[in-house]
Amino acid sequence: MRAFDPYAIYSLWLREMIRFFRLKSRVVGSIAPPFFFLAFLGTGFSGMASRVPAGVDYINYLAPGIIGMTLLFSSTFAGMSVLWDREFGFLREIMVAPVTRLSIVLGRTAGGVTQAVLQGIIILIPGIAMGVKIKGLTGLILSVALMVLISATFIGVGLAFASRMKDMSGFSLIMNFMIFPVFLLSGALFPVQNLPEPVRILSYIDPLTYGVDALRGCLVGANSFPIIIDTLLLAGCCAATMAIGAYLFEMSDVD
Amino acid sequence: MEHAIETRGLIKRFDGLVAVDDVNLSVRRGEIFGLLGPNGAGKSTIIKMLTTMLRPTEGEAYVWGHHIVRERDAVRSCIGVVFQDPSVDGKLTARENLDFHGRMYGMPGDERKRRIAEVLELVELYDKADVLLEEFSGGMRRRLEIARGLMHRPHVLFLDEPTLGLDTQTRRYIWDYIRKMNGEEDVTVVITTHYMEEADNLCNRVAIIDHGRIVALDTPISLKSMIGTDTLTLEVRDGLERLRDVLLGFEWVRSFDASNGYVRLSVDSAQSRIPEVVLAACRAGVRIKSVSVHEPTLEDVFLRYTGRSMRDETGKGDLVRALMRR
Ligand SMILES: Nc1ncnc2c1ncn2[C@@H]1O[C@H](COP(=O)(O)OP(=O)(O)O)[C@@H](O)[C@H]1O
Ligand SMILES: [Mg+2]
Repeated sequence: MRAFDPYAIYSLWLREMIRFFRLKSRVVGSIAPPFFFLAFLGTGFSGMASRVPAGVDYINYLAPGIIGMTLLFSSTFAGMSVLWDREFGFLREIMVAPVTRLSIVLGRTAGGVTQAVLQGIIILIPGIAMGVKIKGLTGLILSVALMVLISATFIGVGLAFASRMKDMSGFSLIMNFMIFPVFLLSGALFPVQNLPEPVRILSYIDPLTYGVDALRGCLVGANSFPIIIDTLLLAGCCAATMAIGAYLFEMSDVD
Repeated sequence: MEHAIETRGLIKRFDGLVAVDDVNLSVRRGEIFGLLGPNGAGKSTIIKMLTTMLRPTEGEAYVWGHHIVRERDAVRSCIGVVFQDPSVDGKLTARENLDFHGRMYGMPGDERKRRIAEVLELVELYDKADVLLEEFSGGMRRRLEIARGLMHRPHVLFLDEPTLGLDTQTRRYIWDYIRKMNGEEDVTVVITTHYMEEADNLCNRVAIIDHGRIVALDTPISLKSMIGTDTLTLEVRDGLERLRDVLLGFEWVRSFDASNGYVRLSVDSAQSRIPEVVLAACRAGVRIKSVSVHEPTLEDVFLRYTGRSMRDETGKGDLVRALMRR
């Protein structure tokens, strides 16, 4: 048996896709929060504009941040869907199959990334309607690649948490102590340069900071750091969280 | 011929608790092998170890010649499993669940399609192929899981309490499917249960397990014959003394035991002795109110070996588990 089993990976990916398109209410539920952030902050609260880098519209600044938010939430949950599968018993069906753990992780990640990126792209549409000026086609394609990286990073995080937790009880804890700080510290809504020193340092160890910044660079040309640095840091984080997530998943018991 | 399964000194401890205690058994190729024991006896833990879902604390086991720890993937590819608790995706249809399964086992598209039709036919769910699993009843879901366990043509199929919480009729259907596939598909079946009738009806050989230990292992008939003869119970109104004298006159009455107006006789093939007993009682002028025959069951075997009744312990747990499975 091969460590890398494309057929099994495809099977796992396909299952996620069927579920994604079948559970429309859940998709709407996960797109709604970022949509409202975009709608309210992008229109009524443009007073923030004074804080963003000179010459950038707040909506152009905000939209990539909201895409980052969408990816963060969707991916972390996708990583944690192992917990649902454990709860409903389907995890056993997956784990008893003659498929390596690596292929299982890759299949889940592929499914989670596709879902998250689709949602990220969907949220871009109202953004464009609200006046976001996309730099060009290359930027758009590069930003999809960045979305994949951001998404994989947080799927790794979700997978790591899910492998360490036996049930759903730790779930809200992680929501409140991981996802929200990562979101708020990433500069998705406001420039991190405006934050007080100690908080700003925290924002520099947040992988989403670089993801959002790179997205801004590619989509609207409003990055604070060089895109290449952003991308390298993000890729490093992605490799690290995926490795940790896959390792912990491999080590975890099914029961 | 090599055995389908072979375990040597298999032990599983869960911090302090010994769930499986020095289990040695061999399952022959092609047989239906039963693990019979009350809740908490360690049946599921044995199945989980043999299906590579849990590592044994000590001892070793081979499934179809493959070591369950060192050759996990080889073991996985020659077994099918129906776990005690549900393991289907409720958001997928029956066909999609099976399709997923087939791909995970590397079955190509056309073979998958053919096989899905075949196994759905076997468990009579063909017309439900495109229904979401969450709309299935417990019995239907169980049947689908059995079909799925069989789909990739495993050598050994493990069924952990496949009829738990199902009504009698569904249970009988499931027994039929199990017999059918054991015959037609030539698959070795290992089934756990705490229903005596199930082990008795279905299995070629049964291991009785209690507190993680195998206390007896043989064919149901041999196990029951160890208990001995049938018991014929008479409810009598009066004239016990006279009845005793008459009945002990028959050489086929092995023992006579009376209490609270009931007489218990140890008798071989008790059914056929009823007329003689009743006739003799009439002649002696003894009025009989009722007659009943008790043939030895695996329950009696369990009682003999453990000193406890299996029913006492399973009753409540059963209900709770049946509720939890909803
Ligand atoms: N993961 C576990 N952790 C701790 N104890 C367990 C675990 N799984 C099973 N047990 C215990 O091991 C014993 C055997 O359980 P099990 O194999 O499920 O029995 P059965 O399937 O015969 O009802 C029980 O006492 C049960 O509580
Ligand atoms: Mg059990």
